[in-house]
Amino acid sequence: MNYAYYPGCSLKGSANSYEESLLAVFETLGVGLNELDDWNCCGATAYAAVDQMKAFAMAARNLALAEGTAPGAAPVDLVAPCAGCYMTLLKIQRYLKQHRSVADTIDGALEAGGLHYEGRVRVRHPLDVLINDIGLERVADAVTRPLHGLRVACYYGCLLVRPYATFDDQHNPTSMDRLMTALGAEPIDWPMKTRCCGGSCCGGPLVGTIREAGLRLISVLLQEAKRREADVVVTACPLCQFNLECFQGRVGRELGEPVELTVGLFTQILGLALGLDERRLGIHRMLRWDLPELAAIDRGGAVVCA
Amino acid sequence: MRRLRASSSWKESPRVRRQPRIDPNFADEIAQIPGGDRLRECIQCGTCSAVCPLSAYMDYTPRRLIAMTQAGMKDDVLGSFSIWVCAGCYACTTACPKEIPITDMMYALKRTAIRNGVHPRRFGTPVLAREFVRSVDRWGRNSESWLAIKLYLKTHPTLLLHDYPLAERLRRRGRMRLRRESIRHQAQLRTILRTVEALPDRSPTTGAIPTAGSKGAP
Repeated sequence: MNYAYYPGCSLKGSANSYEESLLAVFETLGVGLNELDDWNCCGATAYAAVDQMKAFAMAARNLALAEGTAPGAAPVDLVAPCAGCYMTLLKIQRYLKQHRSVADTIDGALEAGGLHYEGRVRVRHPLDVLINDIGLERVADAVTRPLHGLRVACYYGCLLVRPYATFDDQHNPTSMDRLMTALGAEPIDWPMKTRCCGGSCCGGPLVGTIREAGLRLISVLLQEAKRREADVVVTACPLCQFNLECFQGRVGRELGEPVELTVGLFTQILGLALGLDERRLGIHRMLRWDLPELAAIDRGGAVVCA
Repeated sequence: MRRLRASSSWKESPRVRRQPRIDPNFADEIAQIPGGDRLRECIQCGTCSAVCPLSAYMDYTPRRLIAMTQAGMKDDVLGSFSIWVCAGCYACTTACPKEIPITDMMYALKRTAIRNGVHPRRFGTPVLAREFVRSVDRWGRNSESWLAIKLYLKTHPTLLLHDYPLAERLRRRGRMRLRRESIRHQAQLRTILRTVEALPDRSPTTGAIPTAGSKGAP
């Protein structure tokens, strides 16, 4: 199995551990991810706050490039791990189909750049690929270190399931919970699965735009996970991960509500279950990584020390 | 706790008042976004405000903003704090029983406000958006560290020192690099973007999408 891969800017920056862990687990599962050559910014949500049509044009160039990697009539699967890129790429596809004016404008703009997009790209999230293409049985078979006893709070965030629910339920998504169960972990039941993390109020890396509101949302989420005794909050979006992990100190200082909780990416947790080395999963890059000791079980079922 | 400074218009008590200037075309202008014609279908049920995780921080809830937009209260809507608080999480859009693209509407309001300069000069959200666009237009990709530095310098330079320890922790873990991310075919991207910019029937305020030929709500 091979997929075209659209990393997006975050995975080349503050979320490089997402890229490292994603590539490592997909390789272990025998799935190839080929990085799209010369991809550009997806035309992310911040761009849409200035110029929607130019944002669409940005996204469309990526789709055209992806389509160009597979001549003929076959569909091209493009894996976009960042929930922001994922939604943005899905959005331009919808608008191209539903709004003539958008399609005409974008076709013209791409043509001026010597590109063409027919509509053969299927935008996929790695969770979708894991559940629907690779299959949980195959994932479970590859587990060498089951995560028995690990209580995980699966956090999907907003843009993975909204506004387009493609592979999971919009209000109560379960794909990550099912994946975690297949790894032996115990997903907690909590109501915050798709509640906004406040990332865009915290302004992404470092700078607070509407700091107080953003910090409050982080606090609400983490306190709830803590109250339900989660060992780790598992995310599927680089911005949620950054926001929930890196601003914990600020939540404590500025709101007076100290909270300390490990916030990882689902690919890192999956990688641990597959027995991969922590360095390959970018775990050394996390600000906090504090999981309970897990028993390591080899393929024969004999328990060895972790 | 550091308090965000609101502009004078936000400090006024958020009560609906009679505006000296009503813009009867305002609703039509905002309704030009794809699927925006649904805006007229609002039944004021308040589901959007109920599901909004940030409505508690808004001066006008999403429901009120829609009513005010319909009424043509352009100054109050564009001058509101609410449009910047919106995180764009689409909770309202997916819950709306009339399928109004509320999040897209919020983006249209942000664009209109940015174009009209209706926000305090050092307010982060619009500065971030503009710097983001400037950077990806030129390089094709966003370099997070550079964007963060620019944002600090253009909003609260003193905060840079305050927040430096976090930056340093990230840098030590290889998560903050000053390398400039860019694409090879910058000229191609520029041509594509300029072609969009040069469209004759582009509406600058609603982000450029003419309604003609719309096939319905997204």
